Amino acid sequence: MGVNENLAQLSNNLIYSAMAAYAVALIAFAIDLSGRGRVANAGREKELVNAGSPGVTVTGAGPELPATSMAAGDKPSEKRQTVAMAIMVTWLAFVLHTAGVILRGVAVERVPWGNMYEFSISGAVIVTGVYLAALWRMDLRFLGTFVIGPVLLSLGLAVAVLYTEAAELVPALQSTWLVIHVSVAFIASALYVLGFSLTVLQLSQDRRESLRAGGKEPSRGQFMDKLPASDVLDRASYRLYAIGFPLWTFTLLAGAIWAEKAWGRYWNWDPKEIWSFVIWVAYAAYLHARATRGWDGRRAAYLACVAFACLMFNYFGVNIFFSGLHAYAK
Amino acid sequence: MSTDLRDGQKPRLPETEDQSRPIVQPRLGLLGWLRWIWRQLTSMRTALILLMLLALAAVPGSLIPQTRIDPSAVTGFVEDHPDLAPWVRRLDGFDVYGSPWFSAIYLLLFISLIGCVVPRTRLQFKALLAKPPKAPRRLERMPVHGTVTTTDSPEEVLAKARKALRRKYYRVHAHDGQTLSADRGLLQETGNLLFHLSLVGLLAAMAIGSFVSYSGQNVVIVGDKWANTLPQYDTFEGGRNVGADDLPPYSFTLKSFTAEFDSESTGDQFGAARDFEAKVDLVREPGAEPQEQTIRVNQPLDVDGARLFLVGNGYAPVITVRDGEGNEVWSAAVPFLSNDANYTSTGVVKMPDAKPEQLGLLGVFLPTAGTDPDTGAEVSVFPDDDNPKLQVYAFTGDLGLDDGVARSVYVLDEGKLEQVKNAEGEQFTQTIGVGESVELPGGNGTVTLDGVSRYVALDIRYDPTKVYALVFALMALFGVTASLFVRRRRVWFRVTPGADGTTVVGIGGLSRTEDTQLAEEVRRLLTAAVPTRVKESPETSTDTAATDPTPPSEGAATDRSTQPGEGV
Ligand code: HEM
Repeated sequence: MGVNENLAQLSNNLIYSAMAAYAVALIAFAIDLSGRGRVANAGREKELVNAGSPGVTVTGAGPELPATSMAAGDKPSEKRQTVAMAIMVTWLAFVLHTAGVILRGVAVERVPWGNMYEFSISGAVIVTGVYLAALWRMDLRFLGTFVIGPVLLSLGLAVAVLYTEAAELVPALQSTWLVIHVSVAFIASALYVLGFSLTVLQLSQDRRESLRAGGKEPSRGQFMDKLPASDVLDRASYRLYAIGFPLWTFTLLAGAIWAEKAWGRYWNWDPKEIWSFVIWVAYAAYLHARATRGWDGRRAAYLACVAFACLMFNYFGVNIFFSGLHAYAK
Repeated sequence: MSTDLRDGQKPRLPETEDQSRPIVQPRLGLLGWLRWIWRQLTSMRTALILLMLLALAAVPGSLIPQTRIDPSAVTGFVEDHPDLAPWVRRLDGFDVYGSPWFSAIYLLLFISLIGCVVPRTRLQFKALLAKPPKAPRRLERMPVHGTVTTTDSPEEVLAKARKALRRKYYRVHAHDGQTLSADRGLLQETGNLLFHLSLVGLLAAMAIGSFVSYSGQNVVIVGDKWANTLPQYDTFEGGRNVGADDLPPYSFTLKSFTAEFDSESTGDQFGAARDFEAKVDLVREPGAEPQEQTIRVNQPLDVDGARLFLVGNGYAPVITVRDGEGNEVWSAAVPFLSNDANYTSTGVVKMPDAKPEQLGLLGVFLPTAGTDPDTGAEVSVFPDDDNPKLQVYAFTGDLGLDDGVARSVYVLDEGKLEQVKNAEGEQFTQTIGVGESVELPGGNGTVTLDGVSRYVALDIRYDPTKVYALVFALMALFGVTASLFVRRRRVWFRVTPGADGTTVVGIGGLSRTEDTQLAEEVRRLLTAAVPTRVKESPETSTDTAATDPTPPSEGAATDRSTQPGEGV
């Protein structure tokens, strides 16, 4: 038994450094979004989406977010230097943040999610990680502000409000299934967080589009013009939710297995279980809505927002206000 | 091409042929109405609304205490909200998940689900057996399409196309000599159906489980023997099909129980529990050799299909009581209920045979007695038994054990009891350590704390359906994963003779799902089927030249894009 106080302190310092780096990245992302970022002309003419892949051309594919590599995902015609820097600094913050989380785990000799503070720092690092990974497949650079902002906010909350001294776990939380259950829940939640950022942008883009369709020019939020159209945002967010859903299903399953091992009942309608179930049903409803005539588009997006609100409530509300067998909130 | 859409279901992408189904007006009449109701119930829109209702209906159970989870919280709620409570009760608010309205929602949802999934399953069987559908007349109307011209012969093109398709796991069929039809990803719909059907199975497993399972709780003091018979349970809840004969005849002796607490941390975590471990000598059936087994918090013991869980523990002070006449009326360990993190515990001893009067003791046990820095009161400062002390209070009179009403063994019914008072007329109390005795005033006897033992609270559960629940849950997980990740695609090739003995190759692709990579896949298939191309006529090549940096007749550069497995 024992907690290494030095390592715990080092972990705290790493988290503070990561926050500083996130703050820098956030500013750079915001500058890029506002259109004041540095853009270097790469000196080539505008090319078509299929550029770089040799062969024939087929037509008919709808507009999509192009895939980017993280280092230089710019259109051949331009190089957004500010955002490239933002992503580099985000990587730096991610590394510091990851080290902070891992050291916390080493200090307490267990997984670093035994209380709300550890939950928040671990959850936030997964959000950043998933964002950086998603950049590989889709050009989500415009989303940086809306990802790093919440990450920074939850780190701030974690160190200012939720901070808990490093310590070991109570017996009910010592289980491999807890590790599996919680880590998958983190990844699913991170996907939902990114999806939600996209959905919010989709809804405001949708509003601007319908204003324009009515002949009016939206007065605010000029930066939105540089973002993809609402249907592209819709498809991009769907892809994230669609990955999140099976992972959340797995979370429920692993949680039930753990509950069975710890308390003998795989399902007990404990507040945490109730809300995990509500979230699952809400995202299932969203997936259904997208396949239902008249419910796609904006209405499905609203459902995704409701589902996300449930997710947030499960995380903050239930841990803080409810007592149950999931007692790590104390 | 057949469309297997539900009422209200949105086709994701244009189908090949118009879906101008005749609109059938329901004939008025009972059958017509029934059919109409069935159609409504099994439509996508109803399923969606029922799903939303289900999510909404599950919420109140997290806000209002539930009888099946925490009965004492319900009692507390009723006391705190005397006006609200009757209404909550009338609406089944204390048993949301067993209430008629909650059941109605999920039963309707599952009826809708079955009504929806069964016809789709039939269609899917047909689709699995059928050949990929014929090529549409105009491939240009497909969401993704392309045309190239080559000097290869039509047969060569089709052979290469077939090979490329096979490599990407397409089912391929030639309906005629000019076209190839191919499709892949039928697992997507199969997975979707498997997911929905597994949910039905999961619900069924849970429902059957509630009939055949049982659970019970008991408290066992270290050193005691416990046998699996109904009277030995403190509480027992059996499904409707469970009787006393169904309990397997095992027994065990609790050999030891050890608890570890954090004595190193500071602040909140000081004294937090770190490990609990119970060791038992298990006799699986009468006459069998005892085996030593360990039970921990996340590590239950399996016996004969039942599982024993360690759910609680506490102290059981060993107390001896002699009554006013010097007779030993009690000598045993008494399980005390712990009230706080430091195991400040309370317990009672009832001695109806004590003379001159029935005697009841109320004890407060402090495993590590110390003084509270703020109040100066004597409290427990650590959960381990480092300095065990017992505060003794005594009562005389009628213990109320004779009227046949069940009474908790942890509570004294003080209604007909009188406090034993000290010389000042206040309630008598004294704190004793191990080996010490206290003489009760008024010639009511003596109490001795002989030692301290521990007890464990065990939950014993038997639910043979849970493995089925697990299997269905795993199938659902697999199904939904396949449903969301497998891409269902159709691709057609068509070869037609062009000018000067060339061959014009057309390709069309269609996907039933969100499919951002369809265009890329179709492009690669076309490249693989037609490695050597001639420059196309101006009308069809709107953008080929701009994107293809290699001379059109050289195929070498395209090898990379025909690797198997890519983009699948
Ligand atoms: C317990 C209730 C239900 C749950 C949790 C549920 C969940 C889901 C999920 C997560 C999907 C997405 C998978 C995919 O897109 O392939 C889906 C798809 C689908 N569900 Fe359900 N569902 C339920 C009930 C129903 C019912 C009652 C119906 C019939 C009316 C239905 C019909 C469908 C259909 C047709 C799809 C495919 C949509 C498409 O992609 O075109 N589901 N369901």
